[in-house]
Amino acid sequence: MNGAPLELFLLVGAALFACGAAGVFRDAEPLRRVIAVNIMGSGVFLLLVAIAARGGGDRPDPVPHAMVLTGIVVAVCATGVALVLADLSGGEEGDDDDGERS
Amino acid sequence: MSPVDALSTLLLAVSLFFFTAGTIGLVRLPDVHSRLHALTKADNVGLGCVVLAVLLQASDWTEGFKLVLIWFLVLAAATNVSFLIAGGTGKRDHDDREGDGR
Amino acid sequence: MTIVQLFDALLALLLLWLAWRAVTDAVLFRAVVSFVALGLVLALTWFRLQAPDLALAEAAVGSGLTGALMLAALRRRSDRSSPTPEGPVKGAALRQLPGWVLAFVIFGALSWAVLSLPIPAQGLTEEAHASLEKSGVTNPVTAVLLNYRSYDTLLEIGVLLLAVVAVWSLRVAPRLRPGSPSGPLLEGLLRFLIPLLIITGGYLLWIGAFAPGGAFQGGALLGGACVLVLLGGLTVGPMTGRIVLLRTGLWAGLAVFIAVGLGAMTSDRWFLEYPVERAKLLILLIETAALISIGLTLGCLFYGGRPESGSSDRSSP
Repeated sequence: MNGAPLELFLLVGAALFACGAAGVFRDAEPLRRVIAVNIMGSGVFLLLVAIAARGGGDRPDPVPHAMVLTGIVVAVCATGVALVLADLSGGEEGDDDDGERS
Repeated sequence: MSPVDALSTLLLAVSLFFFTAGTIGLVRLPDVHSRLHALTKADNVGLGCVVLAVLLQASDWTEGFKLVLIWFLVLAAATNVSFLIAGGTGKRDHDDREGDGR
Repeated sequence: MTIVQLFDALLALLLLWLAWRAVTDAVLFRAVVSFVALGLVLALTWFRLQAPDLALAEAAVGSGLTGALMLAALRRRSDRSSPTPEGPVKGAALRQLPGWVLAFVIFGALSWAVLSLPIPAQGLTEEAHASLEKSGVTNPVTAVLLNYRSYDTLLEIGVLLLAVVAVWSLRVAPRLRPGSPSGPLLEGLLRFLIPLLIITGGYLLWIGAFAPGGAFQGGALLGGACVLVLLGGLTVGPMTGRIVLLRTGLWAGLAVFIAVGLGAMTSDRWFLEYPVERAKLLILLIETAALISIGLTLGCLFYGGRPESGSSDRSSP
């Protein structure tokens, strides 16, 4: 499969990263932040893979692929630890003024 | 377009119909059980059609075997997941696991 | 617009929409589900961008295992606190504005940065493929992971071990909450699925040398098998004897990697500089140990804490 529109995927990667960044600041709920950070990570991966595909033809650059593979595994490790921390920090938190919603 | 390709295309179109039907069922049906019903049946038939279509294009029997294995695995997993979501308990008469509170 | 362009556009739209939902959906469960779906669409994108190794890893780990972790955490959260009414927070829009402004700025800066990169550009493709015969494998990604940049992978396996150490230090594993009892249907599925997962993991390990696959993808399948064992309540008997086995499996990957690296130094070579004629074998050795470690690590992360030592039965209730 050739001719992937790399500009498109580069933009989508940047957008995913930005979306995740907004998500981190949006809500103090730990689970949502974990999701948001993971989305940021996915954005970065997409950027790397799109950059790797720049060579054209059938042979993408394998070095960014290896980086992303490492990144995926490290991301899941970090998520695992973060979720345990989220459990331990308790359900209610955040700077909600009314206490109506965590 | 060779007859094999034409048949593959036809099968893919049929599978599209089934997937669409399943998705409409997922979105429009009122409760969990009816949605499960629609989803499991339609999606699995759809996947079967896709597998058949790709099977016609497979280069040798090992690829074909893998495709059929994939379809079979999805069937098995979908069956079990639907059963679990539908709240199937499958209680056993006797329980020989110590301290098993399930 | 060709079909392929249409497909790409659709893919991009799906990615953006799912990410949007995962971040903004008011109901947390739906956000998690959107995130899992995003992972799967991302796997499709990797395949589109000619990265099949990544597609395998993303589907198994990025979407499957991360989704399982989050759903388990979600359930523990709902168990712990009374379900808080979910919905738009008061005064939410204004408070979130700085976040969105920041997002816009980031998007602008990042887009400008990446779009100024030259397309097309070679990167390291040529160099990577040129040295493939000497690397011991023919899959370039595996060559990069386990030969050219093996030091990075060594550290990554170290990070895996570190994650387990962190989780084990934080708490004892919570009891998996009793769900519906696993009946004959689930047991029947697991009886053939778990051995199949293990075999397929080994298969991925083997073909990783010359086709998409490798230790990480195989390890992800093994991790999935561990999660299924935990969820299906298949652990029986006391864990005491097994803990030693578990610990050994967890650090085996790192240990073998370091051992091979040090062993390579015996004949006046650098750390991790494999002798060319032995490279294939050494890589296979490292990958096998890594496979076991990765699988057990992912299972431990799902377990969410250190196993209770002692005579109490640690099988899930």
